[in-house]
Amino acid sequence: MRIELTVNGNHHTLDVEPRTTLLDCLRDNLDLKGAHAGCEHGVCGACTVLFDGVAVRSCLMFAPQAEGTPITTIEGVTPGPGELSPVQDAFCETHGMQCGYCTPAMILVAHALLADNPNPTREDIVEAISGNLCRCTGYAQIVEAIALAAERMRGANRPSERQK
Amino acid sequence: MSTGRHRFVSTDRRVREDRRFVAGKGRFVADIDLPNAKHVALVTCPHAAARIKNVDKRAALAMPGVHYVLEGAELAAATLPLMTGLDTPNVPRRPLAFEVARYSGEWVAAVVADTRAQAEDAAEEIIVDYEPLPFVLDAEQALEKNSPLVHQAHGSNVLLDKSFVWGDVEKDFAASPRRLSLRVKWGRSSTVPIETFGVVTTWDPWREMLDVYASIQMPRFSDQIGAALKIPNTSVRVHYDVDVGGSYGVKRGIKHTVLCGYLSRRLGFPVRLIEDRLENMRGGDAHGPERLFDVEVAFDDSGIVRSMKMRALENLGAYAGRSPFQLGKPVTAIVGPYKIKSVQYRAIAVVTNKTTQDAVRGFGQGPTNLALERCMDEVANVLGLDPLEVRRRNLIRHEEFPYLIPSGTTYDSGDYHTVIDKVLADTNYQSLKAERDRLRGEGKLAGIGIAACLEPSGGNATFEALLNPKITTSTFMDSCRINVDGAGAITATMHTTSSGQGHETLVGTVIGEVLQIDPDSVRVTRPDSLNSLPSGTPVGSRMAIMLGGAAFHAAEKLKAKVTAIGAYDLGIPLERAVYEHGTVRDRQSPAFKRSWDELVHIAHRNYHRMPQGFEPGLAVEHVYQVPTGGTLPTPDGRVHMYPCFAFEFHLLLLSIDPDLGRPEILRYRLGHDCGTQINPKIVRGMTMGGIAHGIGAALYEEFAYNDEGQLIAQSFMDYLLPSSHEVPPVEIIDHETPSPHTVFGQKGSGESGYLGAPAAVANAVNDAIRPLGISVNTLPIKVAALGDLIAEAQAKGR
Repeated sequence: MRIELTVNGNHHTLDVEPRTTLLDCLRDNLDLKGAHAGCEHGVCGACTVLFDGVAVRSCLMFAPQAEGTPITTIEGVTPGPGELSPVQDAFCETHGMQCGYCTPAMILVAHALLADNPNPTREDIVEAISGNLCRCTGYAQIVEAIALAAERMRGANRPSERQK
Repeated sequence: MSTGRHRFVSTDRRVREDRRFVAGKGRFVADIDLPNAKHVALVTCPHAAARIKNVDKRAALAMPGVHYVLEGAELAAATLPLMTGLDTPNVPRRPLAFEVARYSGEWVAAVVADTRAQAEDAAEEIIVDYEPLPFVLDAEQALEKNSPLVHQAHGSNVLLDKSFVWGDVEKDFAASPRRLSLRVKWGRSSTVPIETFGVVTTWDPWREMLDVYASIQMPRFSDQIGAALKIPNTSVRVHYDVDVGGSYGVKRGIKHTVLCGYLSRRLGFPVRLIEDRLENMRGGDAHGPERLFDVEVAFDDSGIVRSMKMRALENLGAYAGRSPFQLGKPVTAIVGPYKIKSVQYRAIAVVTNKTTQDAVRGFGQGPTNLALERCMDEVANVLGLDPLEVRRRNLIRHEEFPYLIPSGTTYDSGDYHTVIDKVLADTNYQSLKAERDRLRGEGKLAGIGIAACLEPSGGNATFEALLNPKITTSTFMDSCRINVDGAGAITATMHTTSSGQGHETLVGTVIGEVLQIDPDSVRVTRPDSLNSLPSGTPVGSRMAIMLGGAAFHAAEKLKAKVTAIGAYDLGIPLERAVYEHGTVRDRQSPAFKRSWDELVHIAHRNYHRMPQGFEPGLAVEHVYQVPTGGTLPTPDGRVHMYPCFAFEFHLLLLSIDPDLGRPEILRYRLGHDCGTQINPKIVRGMTMGGIAHGIGAALYEEFAYNDEGQLIAQSFMDYLLPSSHEVPPVEIIDHETPSPHTVFGQKGSGESGYLGAPAAVANAVNDAIRPLGISVNTLPIKVAALGDLIAEAQAKGR
């Protein structure tokens, strides 16, 4: 079937089988490989994308269901070739990853959290990432990355306060 | 963190691999789209054991997009069985079951179609006629005379039964006034990476080349593929520049790759097999140890443990690759950090009708540490002594290193008492006990958990020769090659895959340290297997030691060469030449020098200025043998294995909801000594991840089977990985006792945390429920079972 998707601000007209998951569509039809399949039953969260800014599991949605709603993938939050968003840079600073497989999803969840809550507590961060499994890190350096990103972004948004 | 001894080693540097991962630009196997690649789906056996009478593939072949259906018989005729570690020729292992399937989920046939969906649809249309056979699931039942045999031709279910006596066990038992027996069970769990296993293969008949892209962590991978497919190793090209989405031991994938390699040769197009989660858990052959220990320790009234008898019974599942060797590796630290004088060890491995195992983080050391640490706690308990005090009395002291243990390994270094003292300086033990007692006063069950464990590192795997005398391997190496191009830029190569351990960062840091240059200026690449030097791959916590060692020595060779070129061109004796940050100076006249650019120019373009006999260019390589390695077991079964031993001391406080049985870790402290940390961010991450994994093994994760032999944990809804809610904040207190055997004093840390967390959690749970007169020695300690146990004890107490 023919569908129309808006991904990372770009409009696409695609021909997919109705049963194609959004995850497979992003990876196979749009070559956006940053969303990863981990369990394909909605538990691990490695396939997370932002659906109108909300973190959702792209393995649990069919691609046609995503018509009409803006989708953001990890490729969409990366400012440019070789450039990192404050959240991405914070993950590098704390080494909030090892194998990198769950990482794009964790970063998207962090972006969604910080858009709603620029000053999250540790518990807020733990809650936000609790639907995303990471087998490498034990989560500590991920939590620290998000806290660091929040701190830096708050600072960046209030230059006058920082100068005081 | 920097000790000041190094410029880059031990400093808080970023991990270079991270930049691509945060942008979603890792290159994982599923990301590799080869043109015209077809997809594989699998038909699996629904019975615990069954004879395959007929495979009807007509309906499947008629479906759209379907190219081929491969049966076990065709594959068995065309390929050789997969390599096994033990000498068990009548227990052949093949990618597809041949004649008999031996566990529920075993692959029986493979379907190849244009899309994954078409392949999976067609797999459902294949009708297999099975004759169910008797089966056995339990290791102790598999030992019984009348047990069904998993492999009839082998004549029994026992693949390994070896006994060792190291030291005068009977005398030490007779001389000890006290003894204690404990039965401890490590449940069947695994590492379960978030990325499943995947492989893409393509065959070029004109070049006679099988290209393999796989999510692997596997020593001698291409050798095993070539052998099974009966093609030369030089016709197997494994691409090591594939990022692996977590492994921690299990990403072996030999059977997957032999299957796909055969299909791509047979069919003439690329083939890809990316496991889904069910396949990964059920038929991917990636389960971990399931081990039953019967331990007896002999000790005196002061809690000094003199001797130990340990029987370990391993439930391998239906086939064995290297998995039985997981009973052998712990021999290198069989007494843990303690001065136990003598040990009797019996290692038994049996096959059952469960999924096959492969290597899991620690290669059997975690279960052994659990058994040992449960014993130490029980010794303290029967004597009415504090468990920490009992450990202190038994620990090897700093001044006693190097320390030879009864089984023949010499521990390199350690300062266990100091590590514990540092943890206790951070967390007052008496106040922790007071907090536990306060919680108990409030009606909760609360306990303190302690574990003092070793992490053997360096990967000297002479346990292979110990358990299979036909194996005479004493070489365990890794390698690095460095080339300086004509413009002076440095490229270093490593020769295996990575699954998150930061090896590129490791190589860059080490070379930068030796050459006194910015580590980030060193490009690190991974050539394919045909362009690689020997590597043992990241197993056995070895890469900081082995790849770090190889990179160090290669860089030293490079430094020596440029220094000699500089001295010759300056016209001074070699001993007067000094290498500094890429420049070679005259020690007596520092302004008299040759810059890096000049030295590179001489090496690449001015042969007339090179010392006589020198090769042109600046290319060096080093193949590094494991430190202290190179010996085989003695006839009485003693052997020196791993070179380095890191120490970890876990201390935690846990409470249990008495009504629900739900444990909650309230405080967690870890003392960790892995010698010099080359990259502290990486070491901390590994350790935290290991603790999380260990908490999972202790409380949540189990590949449970029902009585019919069906795996009932087939998804992340049944097999529970710890989420951010289950992993508490952990304070890690580092200590550094350098290893004398490694280039910077580093030890391994890839298994840290995991090797002690399960024991510490189990000890905490037992401390919490001890007032009820009960104990639990089977992992995982699941909420429901613990709740029932507590309720039963409380009912009796009323």
